[in-house]
Amino acid sequence: MSVAFSKRALQKCEQIIEQYPQKQAAMLPVLHLAEKEFGHISLEVEQYVAGLLEVPPVKVHEVVTFYTLFPRERRGKYHFQVCRGLSCDLLGCNNIMRHLKKKLRVKVGGTSKNRRYTLSEVECLGACETSPMMQLNDDYYGKLTTSAVDKIVKGLK
Amino acid sequence: MVEKIISKFFDIRDSHTIEVYEQHGGYQTIQKVLKKMKPQDVVDEVTKSNLRGLGGAGFPAGRKWSFIPKDNPKPKYLVVNADESEPGTFKDRYVMDHYTHGLLEGMMIAGYAIGANLAFIYIRGEYVRQAERLLEQIEAARNSGYLGKGIFGSKFDFDIVVHRGAGAYICGEETALLESLEGKKGWPRMKPPFPAVEGAFGCPTIVNNVETIAYVPTIMERGGEWFAGIGSEQNGGMRLFGVSGHVEKPGLYELPLGTPLREIIYEHAGGIRNGKKLKAVVPGGSSSPILTQDEIDVKMDYESLAAIGSMLGSAGVIVMDDDTDIVRALHVVMRFYHHESCGQCTPCREGTGWAENIIQRILNDEGETSDLDNLVRIAENIMGNTICPLGDAAALPLRSYVTKFRGDFEARVSKGRKEAA
Repeated sequence: MSVAFSKRALQKCEQIIEQYPQKQAAMLPVLHLAEKEFGHISLEVEQYVAGLLEVPPVKVHEVVTFYTLFPRERRGKYHFQVCRGLSCDLLGCNNIMRHLKKKLRVKVGGTSKNRRYTLSEVECLGACETSPMMQLNDDYYGKLTTSAVDKIVKGLK
Repeated sequence: MVEKIISKFFDIRDSHTIEVYEQHGGYQTIQKVLKKMKPQDVVDEVTKSNLRGLGGAGFPAGRKWSFIPKDNPKPKYLVVNADESEPGTFKDRYVMDHYTHGLLEGMMIAGYAIGANLAFIYIRGEYVRQAERLLEQIEAARNSGYLGKGIFGSKFDFDIVVHRGAGAYICGEETALLESLEGKKGWPRMKPPFPAVEGAFGCPTIVNNVETIAYVPTIMERGGEWFAGIGSEQNGGMRLFGVSGHVEKPGLYELPLGTPLREIIYEHAGGIRNGKKLKAVVPGGSSSPILTQDEIDVKMDYESLAAIGSMLGSAGVIVMDDDTDIVRALHVVMRFYHHESCGQCTPCREGTGWAENIIQRILNDEGETSDLDNLVRIAENIMGNTICPLGDAAALPLRSYVTKFRGDFEARVSKGRKEAA
């Protein structure tokens, strides 16, 4: 097995498992941790997590393929997730998406060749009072206009 | 004007910290409860308050708590549903951001009432910053002796685990949430057994929404009767109405249950943007049947909306002006439910996809007049034929958009036919 957590991540993993009455309950948090460690959840990572939680690998695969937040392929450094929920649609999220596609030169669901950007379309993110909005990595950005988007992209390192 | 309960904390600087929360009277109530009240007294008080389940179902909270079996020797769990994902809904995010310790205090009281020593907050995976804040504030509470062994010097042990979801709307359904908490894919369970009897890890479990729990400290401080007196009949207190879409001032407004929808849209949210006219309103998150401009004098409580064939749901009000393309709006909604159907029940898995495809066809100018009856038929064949309410949540808007705005759909179909000819 070539993938393994760093010592620190392994410690964190043990702390997570201890919080639950059953080991398998740590599945989602350990997969979140694995995504942070490895950048994405490959089949190898699934097997490694299965070993940590003492469940058959298929139980991990079933979870990874059910949820949307466990990427199975490497993503760009900056992940733009444009909300396409009803409130955002009413306020023109498709214009924001069109603008981002052109600006980042990435297709929806795609990653730029230099792995700088990934662009996704996502369901309601729970910030409808700021429509149209998006999530960029861990943060929300609302009341978007094309010029606001330009500013955000320009500010990226 | 009724005084605000939760939202008064939104404008207070650092209201999420223990210090500021305590400066405003925080953590007094839990101490009083632990010293002077029996768990059953707490359940009775909450029952008296007419507090409803504010996630969407509206089930009376006190009654839910009373379903915990008294003679079951297994551990009991409290699970707070923070998987806020219903389109149009954003209230729980505000509660976690600004009334963090209010939520924690509510959990302590609820945990004491149902005999739970361990609680989980199941928070949607995208709320990364809110999960971080909760973890940081739970740690602070633990360091103050407010969580852990013998909280506030009492004999009651209580701790909280924050559990992040991973992007599945279905996990807001309480049994799917429990499956997900146990480390599985989020497939809803058959009921019975209900979670109060057999929930998380096979043990008695109460699942309550964030907002529901956040009102508990105030109810216990001011009394159930006081809270019940604020709302309308059988709908105690206030709630956080989220308004989005074509209004001048989208945002969160804490108002008594039973406030007329017209007042929410025109007085609180500033009316329709750019001087336009109202066309339609979704009153309680995208699952609730749509209302026309003639129906907005309805009182926003569970029974009044049910009486006109809609529902209060999550109180996420989505406003559409008269330029809105209703066909497109329904397409967005059905695309959502198709994407989020867990696939366990065929009527929901297939029906939501058929509906999305048919509406797409209409938008592509390839619609047939018979499509409209087919859409209604699909809705009626999903309804009541699935394990969990996601099926109904998709079917209700589907049927209501097509029925109430049939003229819009017919016009779109005939325009498409003309263009094709």
